[in-house]
Amino acid sequence: MAKITYITHNDEKHIVEVQNGLTVMEGAVQNDIPGIDADCGGGMACATCHVYVKDDWFNKIPKKEDGEDDMLDMAFEPKTNSRLSCQIIVSDELDGLEVNIPSKQA
Amino acid sequence: MIKTDALIIGAGPTGLFTAHQLKLIGLDCEIVDNLDKIGGQCIELYPDKPIYDIPAVPECTGEELTNNLLNQLKPFDIKFHLSERVEEVKKDSDNWLVKTSGGNSFQTPNVIIAGGVGSFEPRKFPPKECEKFENKSLFYSVKDKNIFKGKTVSIFGGGDSALDWAVELSKESNVNLIHRRDEFRGAQATVSKMYKLKEAGKINLFTKYQMANVHGEQKVETIDIKHDNNDFKNLKTDYVLGFFGLIMQLGPIANWGLNLNKKTIEVDTEKFETNQKGIYAVGDICNYPGKLKLILSGFHEGALAARACFKLARPDEKYRFEFTTTSTNLLKRLGKKE
Repeated sequence: MAKITYITHNDEKHIVEVQNGLTVMEGAVQNDIPGIDADCGGGMACATCHVYVKDDWFNKIPKKEDGEDDMLDMAFEPKTNSRLSCQIIVSDELDGLEVNIPSKQA
Repeated sequence: MIKTDALIIGAGPTGLFTAHQLKLIGLDCEIVDNLDKIGGQCIELYPDKPIYDIPAVPECTGEELTNNLLNQLKPFDIKFHLSERVEEVKKDSDNWLVKTSGGNSFQTPNVIIAGGVGSFEPRKFPPKECEKFENKSLFYSVKDKNIFKGKTVSIFGGGDSALDWAVELSKESNVNLIHRRDEFRGAQATVSKMYKLKEAGKINLFTKYQMANVHGEQKVETIDIKHDNNDFKNLKTDYVLGFFGLIMQLGPIANWGLNLNKKTIEVDTEKFETNQKGIYAVGDICNYPGKLKLILSGFHEGALAARACFKLARPDEKYRFEFTTTSTNLLKRLGKKE
């Protein structure tokens, strides 16, 4: 279980408890947090669950695997701290994670 | 005006199998898809990725699945209308009138929306100012490469489309290639070619840069690009090309008077009919309690929607359930019996 803070582009904070093993994307979708579309359902095939991970967390969470950066090329306004939230799997170590949701997914 | 028993919107796996079911029970149908090829998300998003949860198919790629479905449709004559988007669906007494962006009109009692998560549209540049120049001097695809002759073209993206056009246009244009990171995801051979052209001074390469703004009156004159470290550069350019792949948009479907839930359409689980009689939704785009976004669910939904179409297409006949193993009727339609 990890407490995750999703911050929307207009600075609304949504803090939810997400079960271990789910992805950060699923945590958002299941809790109706706006701004994460996840069109492909978690297949790393659409780049519509794009989030920015706060710098101190970015280096702590598991690194990107092959293909994630390729999809991020297509995301809306990617930055150096961009991730696809469907590729971040929740564990106890992620307790306190904060992610920012971009103004748009496409 | 094309008259048909059922019109399917979407040529992905669900649309294809729905067509199979319609033809099998003796109805005719046509299929419209906004993409220029058959296969939907399977072909556009994951042609090479293996799928492991199609019943009785232990493993196949998106492309193989599409080809298998097309093979299964071989006994039937189905007309596809590709690169056309359905723009309008209007009630006309017992029928629906459907108009596409390609200028086709259909009259049909049944419209089956098998549209995935909507139609694929090019992903666009974030800055709002870009819209003003779209399709004039800023493009997301190349229709006529001759317009770039002798001009400066700024190409954005790191995939095959961006690289292929950078290489191709560098022959007769001044090319800037701009990408948000140092790695390119295009074919290795094209990446090497691009670097060679860069060494030869034929391509100006800007990595870790992204589009920040466009300037110009009637046409693009300059663009601002922004480096990861927040440095800006201003480039003179005549044309801008953006290649960021495709995104699914619900598009005109939102205007057809259907009950929507986010990007999905509410249906019943008997006929997969929407709140509009004779309009059905199947596959990823439909929603009902317990909906699973799996290809196998789309097949089931399409099979039931096809039976529901029978009632409206053949109001004076009674639909009779039959098996392909034993029914002479079905075997004839499948071309297995004279």
